[in-house]
Amino acid sequence: MPDSREVLRLDGVRKSYNIGQPNEVEVLHGIDMRVEHADFAALVGPSGSGKSTLLNQIGLLDSPTAGELYLLGKPTREMDDEARTALRGRHIGFVFQFHHLIGAFSALENVLMPHMVAHGKPDREALDRARNLLADVGLEKFADRKPGELSGGQQQRVAIARALVTRPALLLADEPTGNLDTKTAADVFKLLRRFNAEFGCAVLLVTHDPRLAETCDRTITLVDGRIDSDQ
Amino acid sequence: MWIETTIAMRFLRQGRAQTLLILVGIAVGVSVIVFVVALISGLQANVIARTLGTQAHVRVEAPEEVNRIAPAAAGTAQLLLEDRRAQALRPIVNWQQVRDALDHLPGVTAVSPVVSGPAFGRRGDAVESVALIGMDLPRYLRVIPLDENMVEGRLDVGSGNALVGRQLAQDLGLRTGGKLRLDAGDGRATVVNVAGIFELGVRELDARYVYLDLKQAQSLLALPGGVTVIDITVAELFEAERIAARIRGLTGLKAESWMETNAQLMNALTSQSMSTNMISFFVAMSVALGIASVLAVSVTQRTREIGILRAMGTRRRQMLQVFLVQGAVLGVAGSLIGALAGWGLVGIFNTFGPKLFYIPMPAGLVPASMLLATVAGVIAAAVPASRAARLDPVEAIRHA
Ligand SMILES: Nc1ncnc2c1ncn2[C@@H]1O[C@H](COP(=O)(O)OP(=O)(O)O)[C@@H](O)[C@H]1O
Ligand SMILES: [Mg+2]
Repeated sequence: MPDSREVLRLDGVRKSYNIGQPNEVEVLHGIDMRVEHADFAALVGPSGSGKSTLLNQIGLLDSPTAGELYLLGKPTREMDDEARTALRGRHIGFVFQFHHLIGAFSALENVLMPHMVAHGKPDREALDRARNLLADVGLEKFADRKPGELSGGQQQRVAIARALVTRPALLLADEPTGNLDTKTAADVFKLLRRFNAEFGCAVLLVTHDPRLAETCDRTITLVDGRIDSDQ
Repeated sequence: MWIETTIAMRFLRQGRAQTLLILVGIAVGVSVIVFVVALISGLQANVIARTLGTQAHVRVEAPEEVNRIAPAAAGTAQLLLEDRRAQALRPIVNWQQVRDALDHLPGVTAVSPVVSGPAFGRRGDAVESVALIGMDLPRYLRVIPLDENMVEGRLDVGSGNALVGRQLAQDLGLRTGGKLRLDAGDGRATVVNVAGIFELGVRELDARYVYLDLKQAQSLLALPGGVTVIDITVAELFEAERIAARIRGLTGLKAESWMETNAQLMNALTSQSMSTNMISFFVAMSVALGIASVLAVSVTQRTREIGILRAMGTRRRQMLQVFLVQGAVLGVAGSLIGALAGWGLVGIFNTFGPKLFYIPMPAGLVPASMLLATVAGVIAAAVPASRAARLDPVEAIRHA
């Protein structure tokens, strides 16, 4: 039985691409790992080692070729797209390297988007939560701006607020600071840290910056699709 | 549906230039459909009205006389050369009963018994061959609006009065109040008083028709108490053939609808309607293709946003709806503009056009064309929408 602190467990997860074709390639070779409530873990490794692929499996954007992935104790590999999407929307927040906001919506609406696609028109409570999140990332004055009118760092902060609006159990970030200057990167990192402490949401982030990785509670190193170390 | 509609509207608003262009495209297409359909149906209604201004919708006559052929003796072959019988003027048997029965037939709005036959009209040395029409005026007027076609004198066929066509009056030098001698052969002749002159607008009729009272015509044509034709008006023009068939079955008489009489006209009208439908179909199709291509481009442009939306928990079905709604909205908005523009074109045609005839706006054309464009929009959106729904989020997010 999974204990109540467990958010995520991977059990021999493998991922192959181009299955059945001459260029078939296995990228993940049996990953076992566990992420607990309020963990703050860095996923590091050389380029091409499978970090993004692993994050996509964990985020239920893709499904493993073999093995099992438990999210909050639920096995997910056999789920259909509908169930997987629902689970992803409820319990997982994403922050990508290139912020990826929806250009036709304001900052506030972008923050609300995960809530709105699940529940429709936002009520007072959801609006307040989104406003507070925007304030937390220091952008309360920019709520009505379109993404195109914000700087890269501001956009990434909106994306973080968006990832947290559904109070996810797990926040996944794929090189969230890879596109930012050092100072902005440190700010964004601090924000992730703060929300991790405040909301207790587990954070798993891919980073290339060894200094940022060092400040995490835990560093998982991936080499050639295998976990090399986990401290 | 709230969030799907919201996203759809935002996407449309964001792609302003594309949206405006395709809206104009849809509007032009729909206005063409509305204008062409209104024009053609107006034209057809006009032609039919003109044709039926001088014709009954259904004409009931006595059945034709046929040869009675003695059956061949058993075991013999019969070789037959048959000449058609001469068709003498034949009264309709029991026409009063037939008239009363037709009066109560559903779909029939007017029944007018008429006796008609040939005669000579003389004035001085001039002789013209004429067609005598004896009728019951109030009933006849409900079939042919003779009262609207009078150019001179009174509408009166009683007590020795007659109405003559304008061309005949000219040929015989007749004026209102003049005398016309009618000679129906076999020594049956009379002199009538020209009470009025009409012009039906069909040369053949205006040169030959002489309207008389039923009784007077009956005695001239040696058909005392008989009628040769029962003219009928029906409520629904295009039901005429069905009603004619019904009358044939009911009475055993010969009943011919205007559609049969004017088979060539009907043929022309049918092919005209067909070409209108074809124009509408092809315009609707190009509108649909326009919508489909605009949305296909939009799906490609928004691949990454679609991936993000999917990552944030947007289901495939929702993604599908976002693009279907865009198709529907484009269809509704474009066709609304187009239908109004088409309506405007009809108005302009009626006000500034050649004024040969007036085009009424057929009821239901605007909603029908809007429905057509909306359905076309949704169908057109189906392909790009399902592509959006099927996008793999991982690939989509990576999409440059
Ligand atoms: N869709 C795919 N098809 C084939 N190979 C892929 C695909 N996605 C990733 N790979 C391969 O998997 C390996 C790991 O990629 P990735 O997870 O992006 O690594 P990282 O994020 O650690 O740089 C790379 O060799 C890459 O070429
Ligand atoms: Mg990567």
